[in-house]
Amino acid sequence: MTMMRSLLGAAAAMALSTVAAVADPAVIFDLGGKFDKSFNEAAFNGAERWAEETGGSYREVEIQSEAQREQALRRFAESGSNPIVVTGFAYASALEAVAPDFPDTSFAIVDMVVDQPNVQSIVFNEHEGSYLVGMLAAMASESGTVGFVGGMDIPLISKFACGYAQGVRAVNPDATIIQNMTGTTPSAWNDPVRGQELTRAQISQGADVVFHAAGGTGVGVLQAAADEGILGIGVDSNQNFMHPGSVLTSMLKRVDVAVYNVFSAEGALPSGITVMGLAEEGVGYALDDNNASLVSAEMQTAVDAARLQIIAGDISVHDYMSDESCPVN
Amino acid sequence: MQKMPKWADIVLIPLINLFLAFIISGFVIWSIGKDPFAALNTMIEGAFGSTNGWGYTLYYTTNFIFTGLAVAVAFQARQFNIGGEGQAAIGGLGVALMCLMIDWPHWALALPVAIVGGAVFGAAWAFIPAYLQAKRGSHIVITTIMFNFIAAALLGFLLNGALKAPGMAAESPGFPEGATLPTFHDMLAPLGIEFSRHAPANISFLVALLCAFLVWILIWHTRLGYAIRSYGRSETAAKYAGISPTKIIIVSMLISGGLAGLMAVNVTMGEAERLVLNSVEGAGFIGIAVALMGRSHPVGVVLAALLFGFLYQGGAELSLWEGIPRELVIVIQALVILFTGALDNMVRNPVERMFLKLRKGA
Repeated sequence: MTMMRSLLGAAAAMALSTVAAVADPAVIFDLGGKFDKSFNEAAFNGAERWAEETGGSYREVEIQSEAQREQALRRFAESGSNPIVVTGFAYASALEAVAPDFPDTSFAIVDMVVDQPNVQSIVFNEHEGSYLVGMLAAMASESGTVGFVGGMDIPLISKFACGYAQGVRAVNPDATIIQNMTGTTPSAWNDPVRGQELTRAQISQGADVVFHAAGGTGVGVLQAAADEGILGIGVDSNQNFMHPGSVLTSMLKRVDVAVYNVFSAEGALPSGITVMGLAEEGVGYALDDNNASLVSAEMQTAVDAARLQIIAGDISVHDYMSDESCPVN
Repeated sequence: MQKMPKWADIVLIPLINLFLAFIISGFVIWSIGKDPFAALNTMIEGAFGSTNGWGYTLYYTTNFIFTGLAVAVAFQARQFNIGGEGQAAIGGLGVALMCLMIDWPHWALALPVAIVGGAVFGAAWAFIPAYLQAKRGSHIVITTIMFNFIAAALLGFLLNGALKAPGMAAESPGFPEGATLPTFHDMLAPLGIEFSRHAPANISFLVALLCAFLVWILIWHTRLGYAIRSYGRSETAAKYAGISPTKIIIVSMLISGGLAGLMAVNVTMGEAERLVLNSVEGAGFIGIAVALMGRSHPVGVVLAALLFGFLYQGGAELSLWEGIPRELVIVIQALVILFTGALDNMVRNPVERMFLKLRKGA
């Protein structure tokens, strides 16, 4: 009898595991689309890397309207996709509604916390990575004035700005930091012309290093920096290649690693909050052939030391989103 | 003498236009290496194959009925209202303010107030361009389109300030429980009909149909409707008959703006249950195509709105299951607009000639 039961149990487990193997993972991009050279594209790259390495296939969709957020989530879950990743904080309310209806499906959301037993919330310590590029900016700056161009004016972007400002001040307590947000609507993520304008305005105020956290708008920021002969700093993906010699570094936010990890979890996705910080290599700064001449050994040593100190807890970088305020500005 | 029978004008020509649009779309799909017939099947199955599909199709249809009627009413007075986008956005503000004003005990009380809120705000947004056209001669096309941008900026300002809910997204707080409109699932369950619980189609669809009926009464069975149509046909004749152009322009634009504003009842109150940025999502512009295709007649508008609802929902299914990128879905939608709107005469002239020839032969 016990043997019978264990046999049946094994058969059932096998049947279950075949189902799990058949289920493809899925990723749902935000309105920006998967080729935004930034956030969504990083997610896409992570999914592609997973597909290449495992030979597996996955479902994906770029939504067109707000009503499709819940629709896409629900339809993928119904069709058996597992796990399902959504990119962006805007999916929170849709996921909040869908996740309880599919208790056997694992979900993951990037950049937002959704408190459900089958949801993994992936958040990044952008302030830590921004702190490091802030240090680099202050060390590379000759004028003592550096700039920041944000995309849409939301707490998440202020988190970048605040970490950056702290890093700048850590190196040069007298530095001037000019901060601008592109706008208050989602179109602020994709306005390179305005990005150029803001950058030129900051340059005219003396800035000689400008960091952007502005998605597609940042293409204009880096362009203006290169045109005017100053240094830009990229964000999310490694953007050093866009203007070799004019991009000091990029603040990496490894959304690709996050998506890759979720896809690789094979259905056994832990729920709760996953923090991707410096220690997890979820954030960092980019060093490659394109910016090797810009970052001196001395700068690199200082930043790497700070990185270890942050991981060890010796330097604490204030997170803007913890209290919606920044100690330096 | 009419060049061709009426049924050819309102049925045959749109069908030929659609057919041509679908053929070209088929070639486009084929050229990226997908099967056009499978794609068409996915669209139809996705839009009409389940109650869930119907729920989304009718949800989009509701939007397009409102904005299509808005353009149609203005067009009867030869006013080209392309500000439906902004009027619907401001209508959303009206609906949201009404819903958030008090803790509504029941939707039946909230709905009429929200309808008034949406219509009044939408109409108010249309009033300024209408006044400028009637009194100052500022061209309505220019002013209404400019007002779309002002509306977007105003909503951005409010949703990042006074109306913003705590958190990251620029959106208003959620509406109270009592302002939740019944969906098709809630309405049909007592009748024993099982309708998908999660589809967003709601009672606003019936409001839209009612509006279509009221517009029909207004335009063809009232004194005001007659005045609007007369003015639309010939301004000088209308003036000679004692019809005030100022009044007609302003009144028709107010009705138009009010109808556009009502769209917000569907998206804001019926679906999102909060005011979000960019809730209109182009429905104001689709309304122009819907009105053109529906020949500015309520029945035509409803049918054309259903077609575009199908294209939206079917298009979503295409990108979900066929891996057809959303840009291509927009191309397909655009082809339908191109053929039914812009290239209408390309089909019309040969068909007219054919009917003339047939008549001569008979």
